[in-house]
Amino acid sequence: MAVLVIAEHDNQSIKTATLNAVTAAQVVGADIHVLVAGNGCYAAAQAAAAIGGVAKVLVCDAAHYATQTAENVAELVRALAADYGHVFAAATSAGKNMLPRVAAQLDVAQISDIVAVESADTFVRPIYAGNALATVKSTDRVKVVTVRTAAFDAAPLGGSAPIEAVPAAKDLGLTRVVGRELTKSERPELGAAKIIVSGGRGLGNGENYRTLLEPLADKLGAALGASRAAVDAGFVPNDYQVGQTGKIVAPQVYIAIGISGAIQHLAGMKDSRLIVAINKDPEAPIFHVADYGLVADLFAVVPELTATI
Amino acid sequence: MKILVPVKRVLDYNVKARVKADGSGMDLANVKMAMNPFDEIAVEEAVRLKEAGIATEVIAVSCGAAVCSETLRAAMAIGADRGILVDCGELSDAELQPLAVAKLLKAVCDTEAPELVICGKQAIDDDANQTGQMLAALMGWPQATFASKLSLDGRLATVTREIDGGLETLEMTLPAVVTTDLRLNEPRYATLPNIMKAKKKPLDSVKPAELGVDVAPRLAILKVAEPSRRSAGVLVPDVATLVDKLKNEAKVI
Ligand SMILES: Cc1cc2nc3c(=O)[nH]c(=O)nc-3n(C[C@H](O)[C@H](O)[C@H](O)COP(=O)(O)OP(=O)(O)OC[C@H]3O[C@@H](n4cnc5c(N)ncnc54)[C@H](O)[C@@H]3O)c2cc1C
Ligand SMILES: Cc1cc2nc3c(=O)[nH]c(=O)nc-3n(C[C@H](O)[C@H](O)[C@H](O)COP(=O)(O)OP(=O)(O)OC[C@H]3O[C@@H](n4cnc5c(N)ncnc54)[C@H](O)[C@@H]3O)c2cc1C
Repeated sequence: MAVLVIAEHDNQSIKTATLNAVTAAQVVGADIHVLVAGNGCYAAAQAAAAIGGVAKVLVCDAAHYATQTAENVAELVRALAADYGHVFAAATSAGKNMLPRVAAQLDVAQISDIVAVESADTFVRPIYAGNALATVKSTDRVKVVTVRTAAFDAAPLGGSAPIEAVPAAKDLGLTRVVGRELTKSERPELGAAKIIVSGGRGLGNGENYRTLLEPLADKLGAALGASRAAVDAGFVPNDYQVGQTGKIVAPQVYIAIGISGAIQHLAGMKDSRLIVAINKDPEAPIFHVADYGLVADLFAVVPELTATI
Repeated sequence: MKILVPVKRVLDYNVKARVKADGSGMDLANVKMAMNPFDEIAVEEAVRLKEAGIATEVIAVSCGAAVCSETLRAAMAIGADRGILVDCGELSDAELQPLAVAKLLKAVCDTEAPELVICGKQAIDDDANQTGQMLAALMGWPQATFASKLSLDGRLATVTREIDGGLETLEMTLPAVVTTDLRLNEPRYATLPNIMKAKKKPLDSVKPAELGVDVAPRLAILKVAEPSRRSAGVLVPDVATLVDKLKNEAKVI
């Protein structure tokens, strides 16, 4: 039986996270179908059809999928799931919100945030803030799985899968989205960035964060991230948070500036290819994971770094 | 309005978790346990709604071994009115999975009829991030996960959610499930008099069989291993050396 991957999209384009989920799904070794549920989402369906390795795109276009509420999308996925052995979604805020509803309605377990597919029924997932990796085997008929995007490469483009319309499930009318305040940025998304410049409490305030880190990120073409302490203190919006309970990232280079390296922060970035840490405290735990550490006052060295790079 | 708050007993967030030598699970013997931090936020939110005259009763519920009654006492010390222990006996934490917990919570909801359930968004041990959503689905209720702001106007709930791109605001009609994110509130410290008072609050205990729930695990844990360690890096003396290494050694810029 095929694998159903739930696409994350904005009706126009497919989010990169979906490409990572497709790569994970390919390891199962069955056909891959991608579901695009939205409203006026044909462009997104075409983008899904171009993902390499996809056998078919299912498109469900209806007004009650315009904001893709968890309740309505889960109802649709549940109805489709009868024909599939696996349902995959990226472990993004949207996937984590919606997919457990599908699992509960199918009366199956969900396997959250997998980092490896061992076989069609066996998966590896981090637990305890990444301090342990559990290998779990599902005995359920349908395997409902969320995928840690940082653990899988994005599937290449270049496919041309057929697109098939599927009927909508009923509108449950349970929640209404009344507003979205999305952070606008020209920078790459945290999840897809090659380089991330991340700042912590050591920056002192939001003004310092912007004046010191933005020029560095601009020069490197990097995304910006932050520790929980920096978000809680209001230096930057919530979607910048990297960590166990924020975003999990694994870029080529992660530059941690004024971040101590608490377990919860490390859980979100310690799989980065290369870690650079700048901290004035030589005892800071961030240096245990850093490939290159610079013990220095960030206010002195960050402008210098920006100037020399 | 009754509010139900599920609270989970987990390894304290300050403690580094260790894998058992035989790879069968986590070594939780003699380590400090505490209430899941997201559940403290959930209890705090419920208690504030009671203090504001919106909620009439806050009920904490925990599923697990008999020691989870400590977690219920901790919730009552913050201000929950009573506790329900779903005593799962010898079933280990790894064997009590979110679907089973959600079914137990549904059974409790069916008898207690709360209008609002406030869960943590994830438990910091297993990091599953499922239980609240599963409960909402089983009840056929709306859900608002990862909440950073909650306001109630009669039966209309308005919730601001932390999502990947920023914030989203949802409206829904109670009964509903809300799951807490870190910035919903800052939980109070339980004072000694409140800890003493909590000891006298009612605490009931039920068994999964009495609730008619099959809690058999659906996932078998084949092994638990430590992730590979990063090898220690080097300290560089200055910015020039750092830039040189980034360019010529790592070749990343
Ligand atoms: C349930 C729970 C979930 C959590 N989830 C997350 C999460 O997802 N992500 C996360 O990041 N945290 C999370 N945390 C919080 C985590 O425990 C830490 O509190 C947080 O990561 C600390 O952020 P920080 O490193 O910026 O601040 P601090 O620990 O205060 O570190 C600041 C650092 O800046 C350095 N510094 C100060 N001034 C300078 C200077 N002039 N030059 C150079 N260095 C300087 C200091 O030496 C220090 O090391 C969570 C906590 C809990 C309880
Ligand atoms: C090595 C290992 C691997 C595991 N792998 C998996 C796996 O892949 N999939 C899986 O489903 N399970 C797995 N488990 C089982 C896991 O321990 C249980 O599923 C766990 O009890 C519930 O998951 P959670 O707490 O992370 O749920 P979450 O959904 O993260 O919890 C969210 C909220 O639900 C409420 N809640 C959760 N549990 C309780 C409770 N017992 N009592 C009261 N309220 C509660 C709390 O409000 C909590 O904040 C594994 C366990 C171990 C030790």
